[in-house]
Amino acid sequence: MSLDLILRIGTKLILPFILLFALYVQFHGDYGPGGGFQAGVISAGMVILIAITFGLGPAKRIAPEALVQAMVPLGVLIYAGTGVAGLLLGKNYLDYSVLGPDPVHAREFGILCVEIGVLITVSGTMTALFYAFVERGR
Amino acid sequence: MALLTLLAVTTVAIVRQRNLFGVVILAGIYSFLMASLLIALDAVDVAMTEASVGAGVSTVLLLATLHLTKTTEAPSLHRNLLPLLVVLIVGAILVWGTLSLPPFGFAENVINQHVVPRYLAKSIAETGVPNVVTSVLADYRGYDTLGETTVIFTAGIGVMLLLRGLRRRDQRDGGDAP
Repeated sequence: MSLDLILRIGTKLILPFILLFALYVQFHGDYGPGGGFQAGVISAGMVILIAITFGLGPAKRIAPEALVQAMVPLGVLIYAGTGVAGLLLGKNYLDYSVLGPDPVHAREFGILCVEIGVLITVSGTMTALFYAFVERGR
Repeated sequence: MALLTLLAVTTVAIVRQRNLFGVVILAGIYSFLMASLLIALDAVDVAMTEASVGAGVSTVLLLATLHLTKTTEAPSLHRNLLPLLVVLIVGAILVWGTLSLPPFGFAENVINQHVVPRYLAKSIAETGVPNVVTSVLADYRGYDTLGETTVIFTAGIGVMLLLRGLRRRDQRDGGDAP
């Protein structure tokens, strides 16, 4: 166990940067490459890296299985809910321009909401799949 | 062109390789090459997805699957000349189909004269988002992305139900199955 000291310390050093990069990809997706899908995969990759290096226990302390499984439908609900919000405010489904006083900023805000929905679903699905595969092997 | 050659070499190596661990690693290399190719084509968003999903998560998931099965491919029992023939014919038809496509990247192509200029010209004014890929994905083509998210949701739920269901049955049968 002490042989993989470098691996453990290296992983610990790199973890915050992975999470930061995921958030950067998520919220900078309006300006540069990236978006909810990529950020979701990267953040799921962080949890998977923890599980590979430190075992499934610590990984599940950070991302409990119940939370991960709840994230899978939650993201779709956020996405669809953003569409319904546009519907309730008197426009078409998924028309974001009524979500704020200024239509341009409202559409930007709508894109942000939708991307967060994608992030949550993708991240939850990838992590849950990994958990399911690993637990099957036990 | 060098990247395409490397892709072809990797594909042949994947087909020839019998050790499944090697196949998984080669598949990761393939995704990485594909991501580089997409960057060379200026499709950075797709390249990012390919690198993170293809080379990252799916490699990990395949390795986890390998943990559940054997690590060498079983030798096939019969000659596979007929499948080879089918593959060659289908491949030839596909190549023949690409011959009538418009030349790559020309301004006169239909795709570059229809909605693309409209999106490029109006994206910032209408959505305030400088990355046109994001505004097309999440706003102009919002329904498609909702569909994609639902597909991921459905696939995830399906795989989880399959794996969970099997595990429950193992426990109910009383044996401490692997």
